Amino acid sequence: MNPLPKLRQWLDERFEWDDLIAPLREKAVPLHRLSYWYFLGGITLFLFVIQVLTGILLLLYYRPGANEAFESVQYIMTQVQFGWLIRSVHSWSANLMIFTAFAHMFSVLFLKAYRKPRELTWVSGVILLFLVMGFGFSGYLLPWNTLAFFATKVGTEITGQVPIVGKPMMIFLRGGEEVTGATLTRFFGFHVAVLPGLATLLILVHVLLVQRLGISVPPKLEVEWTANPSVKREMKFFPNFLLRELMAWYVALGVLGALAAIFPWNLGVKADPFVPAPAGIKPEWYFLFMFQTLKLIPPKVWFIDGEILGVLAFGVIGLLWLLLPFFESDHPSRTKRWITGVAIFALAYVAGMTVYGHFAK
Amino acid sequence: MINPSERLSAPLPRRRFVEVLLSGGFLATAAAFFYPVLRYLIPPKASDLGADSVVAGRVGELKPNSGKIFRFGNRPGLLIRTADGQYRAMSATCTHLSCTVQYRDDLHEVWCACHNGMYDLNGRNISGPPPRPLESYEVQVRGEEIFVRRRREA
Amino acid sequence: MAILPSSTRSRAGVRWLLLAAFLGLSASFGYGQAKNSCLDCHSTLPDPFGVTQDKFSQDIHAQKGLTCVNCHGGDATSDDADQAMSRKAGWKGKIDRKQIPALCGSCHSDPAYIRGFNPSLRTDQLSQYLTSVHGKRLAGGDTKVAVCTDCHSVHDLRAPSDPRSTVNPVNVATTCSRCHADAAYMSSYKIPTNQFAEYSKSVHHDALAVRGDLSAPTCTTCHGNHGATPPGVASVANVCSTCHVFQSQLFDTSPHKEAFASAGLPGCVTCHSNHGILHPTDEFIGTGDKAVCTQCHTQGDAGYAAAGKIREQLAQLAVAIGNADQILGTAERSGMEVSQPKLDLTQARDALTKARVTIHSFNVDRVGADVKLGVAAAAKDYTAGQQALAERNYRRIGLAISLIAIALALIGLRLYIRQIES
Repeated sequence: MNPLPKLRQWLDERFEWDDLIAPLREKAVPLHRLSYWYFLGGITLFLFVIQVLTGILLLLYYRPGANEAFESVQYIMTQVQFGWLIRSVHSWSANLMIFTAFAHMFSVLFLKAYRKPRELTWVSGVILLFLVMGFGFSGYLLPWNTLAFFATKVGTEITGQVPIVGKPMMIFLRGGEEVTGATLTRFFGFHVAVLPGLATLLILVHVLLVQRLGISVPPKLEVEWTANPSVKREMKFFPNFLLRELMAWYVALGVLGALAAIFPWNLGVKADPFVPAPAGIKPEWYFLFMFQTLKLIPPKVWFIDGEILGVLAFGVIGLLWLLLPFFESDHPSRTKRWITGVAIFALAYVAGMTVYGHFAK
Repeated sequence: MINPSERLSAPLPRRRFVEVLLSGGFLATAAAFFYPVLRYLIPPKASDLGADSVVAGRVGELKPNSGKIFRFGNRPGLLIRTADGQYRAMSATCTHLSCTVQYRDDLHEVWCACHNGMYDLNGRNISGPPPRPLESYEVQVRGEEIFVRRRREA
Repeated sequence: MAILPSSTRSRAGVRWLLLAAFLGLSASFGYGQAKNSCLDCHSTLPDPFGVTQDKFSQDIHAQKGLTCVNCHGGDATSDDADQAMSRKAGWKGKIDRKQIPALCGSCHSDPAYIRGFNPSLRTDQLSQYLTSVHGKRLAGGDTKVAVCTDCHSVHDLRAPSDPRSTVNPVNVATTCSRCHADAAYMSSYKIPTNQFAEYSKSVHHDALAVRGDLSAPTCTTCHGNHGATPPGVASVANVCSTCHVFQSQLFDTSPHKEAFASAGLPGCVTCHSNHGILHPTDEFIGTGDKAVCTQCHTQGDAGYAAAGKIREQLAQLAVAIGNADQILGTAERSGMEVSQPKLDLTQARDALTKARVTIHSFNVDRVGADVKLGVAAAAKDYTAGQQALAERNYRRIGLAISLIAIALALIGLRLYIRQIES
């Protein structure tokens, strides 16, 4: 006799676990021609799990500190068996995760999935996106190479531009006036303790909300389906949708493996605070659109310093972005068209500026 | 959930095939995942060194009045044991045209074979074309090992 | 001239205050506690009489406590211009060009006096100068030639170690060129005026001015400074060998030593030229267009064959290094860690640098010995590059296996989904 059902029963008697997962069995995914976009959140979650796993593995050998960080990463890349693979997967997965998180956000935006009652799902999601960018920013410094050093210097410098709170914030981030070993230790702490804790908590909230509220349907379909429930089409989440999601994860895993094996993440040159910054220093691609915007703002707008204006503008836009669902109508038939317009503009702006920033000198 | 009668509706050999393929695929990917991870967990033989100091040699390896080249980061370094038994270390890259310098036991000086550049045992350029001294390093003997590291600015 | 002193005299009351202030000021500048009335007037005069206190305070002599009267004589304690500049008080006025070397020499040739300021400063400048082309011509009555002040400047004469000094190594060539590059000025001497232009293209200028190597030669390194004279044919090799020791030693053992001497050719410069010494390339040797060997050697003679052979050897090593560099670069770009073989490649590069020196023996076998060492080192690094590429392929095979496994799982999933949904 198969021992598995028995074990399950044993566990169920002690956990009462069938009740817990009962809603999961009831859960259904709306089926329409845009259903594919529903995979993105799951892929982002999968990549996050990959990040946690490879991150823990890297911790076995990585050592923070200005004198050791670069050498320990070099050690991982050259001496540890498959160290190159683990680190390259971690780096590539980080970039892919940021990309899928952005894509997930824009899909939610265009499908108008943030409408009542899902405002908090959106808010938690946007905060998660900020956290993910924080992961990227803090993790980028950890190998302590020249590019990372100067990118961090520039990045924290921009923080310092914010009036009143900027300077203390910059000093808090850097652990002093300058980017030094103290900054590295701090960023390491943010990267492996603070951010993962916050992110895990928020992911739980985010997923729980999705669980409680079910999956949103685009407003047009929602109107149609409420008017005529017989045309409503759905797929069971478990196992039908989950198996498909699993396929997506496998594809992501394959892509990751291929990127890591064919384009291993390079290490660069050890950071030296006393060499001049290399020309054309740029942040990672996901910060490029902001970086390029700041570069394009004239040094003085009216009587305000251009850079300060840019930083403030991004702060305000970020806040409005977070609160976007609260501007939307409660009725699926009366959704605001201007929000779609803003979304299209935002996507075009971010994509355009990123490409422009990539090719700009 | 799936209706058991529905499952049985597929012909048996085909079902077996799918099951074998699926579990085989799972196992193979699990192996592809765990193999590198387990290998990664094995600590490598070459122990890594802290940072800016390297083991340039072992005590007893160098006779008095001799020198050897060691790797310092991605450049060569020169470890010298002077005639009276002291250790000295410096960059081995000649400041003239970047040749690797050597210790000359007959002259008791550091010498570059390319253009006859000469440095003293503190790395100061004393004759020939070298325009600048060699960067001298700090030497510490700890137990059996000779550690060399960059001098810190005071 | 007479107006100024009288106007100062009328304001005698203020002058005491000014004097007190000036004394304090001059004490802080560190020169002459004694009163120096010369600057009172001369600082307000136009050129060529004008010398400001600001300018003179830059002068090494002023900093050592000397004043105007030490060279020009006169009485600096008097405010009366006639008294201050009276011949009776020893006033010399403008120093005649012909007298300048002797005047400077009156202190600088006195070891006992100079020792009081700088014990290691030489005192043979004047005697050297008298042996120089400049000195001899001056003695012959030619006042167009350089005297002390032409090179060292005057009234703001700085120590040669000061980067602003006209005789600091970095500035020497420019200083010499002020006359030697002036075709009109030099026309009566019938010597070329292109030395500075030539030197500016040379490897020595590059080392000195661009790379900031102060030991690199400038005009005075080869020609001497106070005893400036062009080196004779026989002494050229000696001059070069003060720095290029190896090349000179090898050259002395080579067949060229004899041959050049008997043909009256001046060693090094025969191939490398004199002022416009370019950075030598491997094309200098051999039988190609830019080769210097073909100036004397023609096809068929032993030297022509040897030149071709040496060039071939250098090319062989350069190619071996290039190949190793390329394969290591490919491996590095594919993410392989090859810093050790890249480091080892410096051995091969050293051998090439050394072989380029050994060329001066003009001996095929001696160059060959260096080249052989380098080729062996490069070959080892090439092998390391191949191994790194093999490791890269191993990674790719591992990837292929994993991708096949993933593909199997995907197909399995797809079929399973179809099965449960049918």
